[in-house]
Amino acid sequence: MTGTSPAVVSASKLGLTFQTNDGPVQALSNVDLTIGKREFVSFIGPSGCGKTTLLRVIADLEKPTSGTISVNGMTPEQAREKRAYGYVFQAAALFPWRTIERNVGLPLEIMGLSKAEQAQRIKRTLDLVNLSGFEKKYPWQLSGGMQQRASIARALAFDADLLLMDEPFGALDEIVRDHLNEQLLELWGSTNKTICFVTHSIPEAVYLSTRIVVMSPRPGRVSDVIESTLPKERPLDIRETPEFLAIAARVRDGLRAGHSYDD
Amino acid sequence: MNWLKPSWQAVLAIVLCLIAVALGAMSKPEAAALADPAASFNYPYIGTKGLMFGLVALAALISMTRIPLLAEAVVLFVGAHLVAWLLISGISGFEGTALASYFLLLTAAWLLGWRCVAVLSGLRPMASWTRTALRLIIPAIFGAWILIIWEAVTRGAGIPFILLPPPSAIGARIASSLPVLGADVRQTIFKAVIFGYVVGSGAGFITAILADRVPFLRRGLLPIGNMVSALPIIGVAPIMVMWFGFDWQSKAAVVIIMTFFPMLVNTVAGLAASGHMERDLMRTYASGYWQTLLKLRLPAAAPFIFNALKINSTLALIGAIVAEFFGTPVVGMGFRISTEVGRMNIDMVWAEIAVAALAGSVFYGVVALVERAVTFWHPSVRGG
Repeated sequence: MTGTSPAVVSASKLGLTFQTNDGPVQALSNVDLTIGKREFVSFIGPSGCGKTTLLRVIADLEKPTSGTISVNGMTPEQAREKRAYGYVFQAAALFPWRTIERNVGLPLEIMGLSKAEQAQRIKRTLDLVNLSGFEKKYPWQLSGGMQQRASIARALAFDADLLLMDEPFGALDEIVRDHLNEQLLELWGSTNKTICFVTHSIPEAVYLSTRIVVMSPRPGRVSDVIESTLPKERPLDIRETPEFLAIAARVRDGLRAGHSYDD
Repeated sequence: MNWLKPSWQAVLAIVLCLIAVALGAMSKPEAAALADPAASFNYPYIGTKGLMFGLVALAALISMTRIPLLAEAVVLFVGAHLVAWLLISGISGFEGTALASYFLLLTAAWLLGWRCVAVLSGLRPMASWTRTALRLIIPAIFGAWILIIWEAVTRGAGIPFILLPPPSAIGARIASSLPVLGADVRQTIFKAVIFGYVVGSGAGFITAILADRVPFLRRGLLPIGNMVSALPIIGVAPIMVMWFGFDWQSKAAVVIIMTFFPMLVNTVAGLAASGHMERDLMRTYASGYWQTLLKLRLPAAAPFIFNALKINSTLALIGAIVAEFFGTPVVGMGFRISTEVGRMNIDMVWAEIAVAALAGSVFYGVVALVERAVTFWHPSVRGG
């Protein structure tokens, strides 16, 4: 469905079963998915539907128990070793003993880049997320929204083509969230990145994505894939247009269908 | 009554003064003199008795008027300490003869001192240097009163020197035995304690990292380390003396055994303290074991490691002193304590105890200062 460009992520018959004390839990079952270059794909679904697990499988933080998955044509492990992606977690996970600039520079230090290259990249990515002037602050001196922006800067700093984001704005208030969503779209438009974005907010998913993957739980699986027809330029008030609302309604229907056998 | 603000300490101090006046004589010689007016006895507080009662009453009364808090604290401070000084200096020559009035007056002065500290604690100064000064003054007055009461009670009640010498005698002993104390500190602290502390803590730290890196060590070593920590030091010390000789090396060995385990356990706990998310983050950077250790897990473990360093700073001192009870060359703090007890030189024992307490506090304080500088980011340090 992405035409000629090679797939960034391609999964087929992917399954993952956790062995817990209460017996096996099927977190993912039979997931087929292809994500092309420069796509913005959202994963949406109720908790327990495996959307975070799927992202973690792409990132090689979990190993699938069946099926195949490739990232940039490699196994996820090889892709991770090659630092093929940046990952943004639910919380900022900044190190409190490092200043903002040294937090953003952490992956660059690990990659062993030169000091000059590090400084230049830190400056560029902090500009990108509007955090210039806060280089010398410690994370605990910043608001939650700024911390999350710093963690996005950290994921951007090592310039991978793939950005994996796991409910990055889930803990923030509505206004900050709108603002960061706008900035994220801008960033996606101005760079050449593919973004996988986990969320449980329908408006957020519809506003951001070129494609929305609706998932449902027990077992975690893909229940619907919705292509967005919205234009690339998306001001915040696009959320009041009938086109936006129509897509949101489809997503909601998809979520409901997945829930139908549940109380 | 607008000009009055009663405090229970001041009121009680005045009441105690009145009771003391009613009881009359403050010492046995004075009671004898009162009973037999014809004979001329020399007795304590001939000239200063009225002055002392007057000072307590005056300071208590002034403190209860509406004057600035700082002035109130100064009045109380001067009153309480002047009375205490008069009491203690007056009893010299008549040790052990004090009667109830003496102790009532001491209690009254102490209540004024208490009130003084309470007033100072209530001050909320703006300038940071006054806040720092207050932080030092309040515990200093507190500590001074422990010494004052100790001095006044041991002298007034005539407590035998062997049971508890007054602090002034201990102070005089410290001043006159500085070379001996210095040699003991050099032997015990600068040799046995420092060496044992560094090696024991270092070995605990390295073992913790090895146990973290090599799973079989974690399973095999930690339970054994646990057992080593349960070894009674009293039992181990003579064996260490047999192995490593009489000099400081055997004491350092005891200190190593004592400090090893707290560091091991705390470091192991600290290495597990970093969050899952942070460790996943390092994994997404394809960070290796040592990089993750240096950049994430050790900084996250720092509060635990400093905890162990603080515990060890006092353990090391105890270990070295106790180990010296089992044989040393004729120098060392533990050696001095055990021999001077036998020679009934209790003031020298107390002098060693005071020096050990001072050294231990300085040691602990230095570690705590370094901790503040290193773990400035931790909520317990940055305060929030």
